[in-house]
Amino acid sequence: MSGGVFDPQGPIALQERDLIIIAVSLMLLIAIPMLILLYTFAWKYRAGNKKAAYDPQHVGNALKQLTWWAIPAAIIAVIAVINWQSTHALDPYKPIVSGRPPLTIEVVALEWKWLFIYPAQGIATVNFIQFPEQTPIHFVLTADAPMSSFWIPQLGSQIYAMAAMETQLDLMASATGTYVGKDTEINGAGYSGMTFLARSTSQNDFNAWVASVKDSSNTLTVDEYKNTLLPPSENDPPAFYSSVDPYLFTAILTKYNAPSPTGTPMAFPGMQM
Amino acid sequence: MEHFFLGDLTWSDLPHQWFTIGGTGAIIVGGIIVAAVITYFKRWTWLWKEWLTSTDPKKIGIMYIVMASLMLFRGGLDAIMIWIQQAISAGNAPGYLGAAHGYLDASHFQQIFTAHGDIMVFFVTMGFFFGIMNLIVPLQIGARDLAFPFLNSLGFWLYVAGAVFINMFFVVGGEFAASGWLSLPPLSEIQFSPGTGVDYWVWSLQISGLGSLLGGINFIVTILKMRVKGMKLMMMPLFTWTSLCSMVLVVASFPVLTITTLLLWFDRFFGMHFFTSGFGGNPMLYVNLIWMWGHPEVYILVIPAFGIFSEIVATFSGKKIFGYVSMVCSAIAITLLSFLVWLHHFFTMGAGADVDAFFGIMTGIIAIPTAAQIFNWIATMFRGRIRFTTPMMYFMGFVSLFTFGGMAGVLLSIPGADFELHNSLFLVAHFHTMIVSAALFGIFAGITYWFPKVFGFTLNEKIGRRAFWLWIVGFFMSFVPLYILGFLGATRRLDHYAASTGWQPFFIIAATGVCIIAAAVITQAWQVIVSIRDRRQNTDTTGDPWDGHTLEWATASPVPFYNFAKTPVVDGRDAFWEMKKRGERPGILPPDGYDDITLSKNTGMAIYLSGFVFLAAFGLVWHIIWLALLGIFGAIACVIIRSFDEDTEYVLPAAEVERLEKLAWKK
Repeated sequence: MSGGVFDPQGPIALQERDLIIIAVSLMLLIAIPMLILLYTFAWKYRAGNKKAAYDPQHVGNALKQLTWWAIPAAIIAVIAVINWQSTHALDPYKPIVSGRPPLTIEVVALEWKWLFIYPAQGIATVNFIQFPEQTPIHFVLTADAPMSSFWIPQLGSQIYAMAAMETQLDLMASATGTYVGKDTEINGAGYSGMTFLARSTSQNDFNAWVASVKDSSNTLTVDEYKNTLLPPSENDPPAFYSSVDPYLFTAILTKYNAPSPTGTPMAFPGMQM
Repeated sequence: MEHFFLGDLTWSDLPHQWFTIGGTGAIIVGGIIVAAVITYFKRWTWLWKEWLTSTDPKKIGIMYIVMASLMLFRGGLDAIMIWIQQAISAGNAPGYLGAAHGYLDASHFQQIFTAHGDIMVFFVTMGFFFGIMNLIVPLQIGARDLAFPFLNSLGFWLYVAGAVFINMFFVVGGEFAASGWLSLPPLSEIQFSPGTGVDYWVWSLQISGLGSLLGGINFIVTILKMRVKGMKLMMMPLFTWTSLCSMVLVVASFPVLTITTLLLWFDRFFGMHFFTSGFGGNPMLYVNLIWMWGHPEVYILVIPAFGIFSEIVATFSGKKIFGYVSMVCSAIAITLLSFLVWLHHFFTMGAGADVDAFFGIMTGIIAIPTAAQIFNWIATMFRGRIRFTTPMMYFMGFVSLFTFGGMAGVLLSIPGADFELHNSLFLVAHFHTMIVSAALFGIFAGITYWFPKVFGFTLNEKIGRRAFWLWIVGFFMSFVPLYILGFLGATRRLDHYAASTGWQPFFIIAATGVCIIAAAVITQAWQVIVSIRDRRQNTDTTGDPWDGHTLEWATASPVPFYNFAKTPVVDGRDAFWEMKKRGERPGILPPDGYDDITLSKNTGMAIYLSGFVFLAAFGLVWHIIWLALLGIFGAIACVIIRSFDEDTEYVLPAAEVERLEKLAWKK
């Protein structure tokens, strides 16, 4: 089961895997006896077995009703408590507590590739992210495309990326490693190929990687974004930008706002998307 | 001028890809063969007078089931195409038929799974249930017809028009919606789906949705107002109860679907911005609205099946259902709760922990009445005399699969787990387990159970059981791999995936499983053919081949068109079971003789009306304004003409009833 939900590589995915196991175990407590009863009665009271009792008057019993409304209710009550607590504990917007300061990565779902902007580092990438291990990663997401959903199964929760809206997701990798990320929501012809790699490394390797990206000759201006990233494309290889317009993410987020009275779309001051 | 007459139609919209030529060819060749057979046997008048224009719910029910069976083949073909693509599209191996991966290009693949979902939900499952309800509900409540016979005919013909319309893209246009069965915007907006596929999607749902709504109203009024004397609500057979619950859901939820898809079409046609990303539109509004309909919809599909299984377990265990009141309460509880859970379809859109947890807990609560139902069925078997006929086998299969499918559902209702499973193949496996085990197995069980009542002979048991086992084996092979793939991180709707994922063996097993399911469906068709051939050996002379409990078994088999020669009087549950205990036998001339019976006349108006609606929809898809107006005004004219027709009923004299009854019971 490598590479999936049962191969967690971070605290969120680990908690979610345990949650799945606990919930399934609780439900088996009722499902297994239920099926044993079903098959036992089916065998015992088969028409061919004349020795078995036949009691057509046995059509109601308050105590039995109480039992099988109460037992599922009790299990569901336990699951409800787990549900409430785990939902709050695993809220994707909840910052992960760690000794290290979080790294923010802005994510833009495009047709059909992922744009990642590192605002603090001033770099941007396509279909590839790298980050230090044991460091909370704070993703801020939007889209300039149909709805997409951002998911790295081994690190945990997914969240939708939607145009004109901002969502957030906090994940963390426990160790170094490379994980596959993907889109889970159909968003057009290139949907299946919209995967990316998420690499967790040591802090030093991350710093070295940022420095190497900064050496790249590509820069991501608004024009570059509009000309090369916005048009639909499929199965794009990773790309790296040594610098990025600091207002790009905000401009993408606000470009869908209602038109201004003058008829031109409102964008961030000085920018026309 | 050309645009006035033809709208957006051009020559290039005629079939030219292999699948549109194939689809169109199948429609034309199939049509020619059917027409030739009817002409050869000189059956056109018979077909028109006895069937197509009939307002008899039994005939409409049979036509529903025939149409739904055709659509099951159509939707099943889609399923096979989807699975073959996924079995062969790992890695970067060159594709076939000009596709980059596998043998279908991405857009074509997406159209197929979109069509598969919509056809299976709207035209297979709903069609079968409307068919079975038409056949059985009036009989169970001792009625001769539905409350509104013409509306029933109209509902059926709108369903047919919708079913034909969803296949029209083969003939004109060449593309269906590629945006998933619910066509979420902004993907389904004109910006990202500029073709006519989404318009075909909108209008086939509009047409069939209108039919479902009319059917829903009709059944609610029938069940509430036309029950036989003495039958209180808490004496109704459970299939009637669950039909009532399902129809309440239809009437409460289908208007939401109609309005939501209509607003989407306004966006597409008039350039409005209800659901666009920009200009004040909000796609999340659509997501909320469509699931406010969509979640009740899945209960519309499974609640009637619960009723069918209740009848079957009671009958074949030789006992009344255990905990009748508990069963009714749980059906009503499921009905009400189904409106309070829609947000669980999008926990992953960032609604916040409080909202997610609320909807998650509400969803979990639905498991309580559902589990109580299963315990009641098991208790019905306790100290029974269980006959393992095909319907009972389907019941066993249903509980076995449904329990695990339900567990998967409760798991998905926990947002923290859903964050890792949403849109994965685990989800696909979950809802197929629910719909196949409950709805589809319920339909197969119900059809086998009530077949002798409708046609006068039983279905071949041996072949029926063989089909059941093929279904079970095929189901496990198809869907267990999908549960595993979901845990491995495989998402739904993939037209290709990297070879390094290691998923291919699972997809190959799943594809093998779907071939076994196909063999099961072929076996079922074979079962019907053999049973018709051997009908003389399997004739049901008693009208009650299974020692049934409810009123439908008090009539001759096949049921006469007037249902009950003399309307029975009821004073408790399981009315016919009680009558038999008292030694009353049907088919005997009542002491006070028969009465005249008033019945509804045939009418072709529903066909004309649906034809106009079809034309209007076609005009709106292709922007042919005159055709759309013709269709709309034609349909309104049909309604007006029909409203002034006061000669809609005829009287069957008592003497004729007596003659027919003698004939029916002579066998």
